[in-house]
Amino acid sequence: MHNSTIINITNLVKRFPIGGGQFTALDDINLTFEKGEFTGVIGPSGSGKTTLLNIIGSLDTPSEGDAIVLGQSIAQLSQKQAANLRNHNLGFIFQTYNLLPVYSTFENVEYPLLLLKMPVNERKKAVMEALDWVGLTDKTNSKPAQLSGGECQRVAIARAMVKHPKIVLADEPTANLDAENSHHILQTMENLNQELQTTFIFSTHDDKVIKYLRRQIKLDDGKVASDNLIEEGVVQ
Amino acid sequence: MIKFLIKGLLRDSHRSRFPIIIVSLGVFLTVLVQCWLTGILGDMIDFNARFSTGHVKVMSRAYAENIDQLPNDLALMGIDSVLTELKTQYPGMVWARRIQFGGLIDIPDEQGETRSQGPAFGMAVDLLTDKSEIERLNIEMAIVRGQIPTNKKELLLSDVFAQKLEVVPGQQVTILSSTMYGSMAMHNFTLAGTVEFGVAAMDRGAVIIDISDAQEMLDMPDTAGEILGFFGDGKYDDLRAKALATGFNQVNINNPDEFAPTMRRLREQNDLDSMMQYVESMKGVALTVFILAMSLVLWNAGLLGGLRRYTEIGIRLAMGEHKGRVYRSMIYESVFVGFSGWILGSIIGLAAAYVLQEKGFDLSEQMKNTSMMLPAVYRANVTQSAYFVGLIPGLFSTVLGTLLSGIGIYKRQTASLFKELEA
Repeated sequence: MHNSTIINITNLVKRFPIGGGQFTALDDINLTFEKGEFTGVIGPSGSGKTTLLNIIGSLDTPSEGDAIVLGQSIAQLSQKQAANLRNHNLGFIFQTYNLLPVYSTFENVEYPLLLLKMPVNERKKAVMEALDWVGLTDKTNSKPAQLSGGECQRVAIARAMVKHPKIVLADEPTANLDAENSHHILQTMENLNQELQTTFIFSTHDDKVIKYLRRQIKLDDGKVASDNLIEEGVVQ
Repeated sequence: MIKFLIKGLLRDSHRSRFPIIIVSLGVFLTVLVQCWLTGILGDMIDFNARFSTGHVKVMSRAYAENIDQLPNDLALMGIDSVLTELKTQYPGMVWARRIQFGGLIDIPDEQGETRSQGPAFGMAVDLLTDKSEIERLNIEMAIVRGQIPTNKKELLLSDVFAQKLEVVPGQQVTILSSTMYGSMAMHNFTLAGTVEFGVAAMDRGAVIIDISDAQEMLDMPDTAGEILGFFGDGKYDDLRAKALATGFNQVNINNPDEFAPTMRRLREQNDLDSMMQYVESMKGVALTVFILAMSLVLWNAGLLGGLRRYTEIGIRLAMGEHKGRVYRSMIYESVFVGFSGWILGSIIGLAAAYVLQEKGFDLSEQMKNTSMMLPAVYRANVTQSAYFVGLIPGLFSTVLGTLLSGIGIYKRQTASLFKELEA
């Protein structure tokens, strides 16, 4: 395992009970992710992309094998330890933004820092910095209902990034956005990836996202069909 | 963090305002129903006590055994000494002599011939020497025309009866009855006033005269059919009444005289025991069913409140908040909602019950043909328990609903909640 490896997945199997039998969503996955990657797990619906992200994000546990995320075994984590891992090191971006509707932009971004019990002054500074990254400092008091889809997703990115997580997991982040907003969002994430060395892992089948990826892991029926590094549009 | 959660709670009307309104409504109804049912039972007791039974009643044994016939020939004699003894023995009680009698009211014309006539139910109370009976029977408020008798040989008639007989205050009225020895009694009175008690049984044909006039007319010197006893605080307490009656009757337990005095408590008279048992159990059943129904509604509201927050909970868990903390915060919120709803619902419920206690609910139209001695105006009664009865549906059920919905969330796989975010 390389020194900068932050995720190491070995022989990962995930099965879900369906009716009387079991459905295998992930079948013998072996992958590693390095710090600062901008990677996409691509594939058709039902290929296991979201399940893989859930396990990396400690939202689900493996049926067999393991995923070592930042040195912690997902298979061994208690609920509390998993929550701590998410709280300190993982950021999530959802397809439907999932902002808390009664809170303002500022408060939505502030929420992860409250969980970290960050002092109020530091918190304010960090929130404003995160909103600055996504260009929304003029919308601090706006509620999600007053924002466009693109703006909502930028708030979600700010919320995911505000605590400087080591890994950001983005599940179909552009699925509800038009082309212009999608590019804007992806550029923002790419800049943050380069500036902060945060690892981004996408689950997507959107061509607009795929164009930005520096590594593409293709899943098919729960198995890794291909794993390619891409340099300036050339598949290696 | 607490400030953050409170902010969310107050801003989200689905989490605060609406649940509080629903809980308040449930508590309001529970409090009102409780006060109303308590009031009805209390009214029945109070009404019967004032008009008929007292909290306890002293009679001769023979009279007590045939009380349905109002047998004045079996009335209690030597009541002055009995009263003196009762006042000495039970200083906390108030005692009042009563005679009930049946008779015919005759209205003469100018020639002294019968102009109109009708059967009457007569009640003789102390109208002239002790004002407490006037207050007890609420005669002052019941006067429709004329005034309360201030002299001997004056009487009151129920207003409906007086209208039927076409007699007005100031005119002469003759009562025809029988003395306690069975001979005919015929006395002339002046109609002082007419009354309406709001009790169909009395308003149909009641005549009220002073007890000294009745003793004279019915040949009952130093005699009365009944001596009614009332607790000093005016409230009927069956345990106290039972102890009092048992103690009193113990003295004469070996006395074979059928005219020896005996004491009966309120519940032992007029079939009130079975009626009160029936009303009390109906009240218990109605209240239990109502509280249970309200509890189910509010439990459900708490449950739905929790379920509709799957998204928010999913986000909070994904952000790294511990499940236990999310669960606890939901419970604290439901305690806040339940407590606020209980306070608000209790205030509104108690206010409404207080209005019903003061104003009452007039059922005289519906009860005009009843022959039972029941009040026509029913009132709520705000008791101490009314302050707390709303706690069961308001606070406990709301929190229980949230506890259950929370367990569902707690036991659910985090990934399932997370997946539901995308749904």
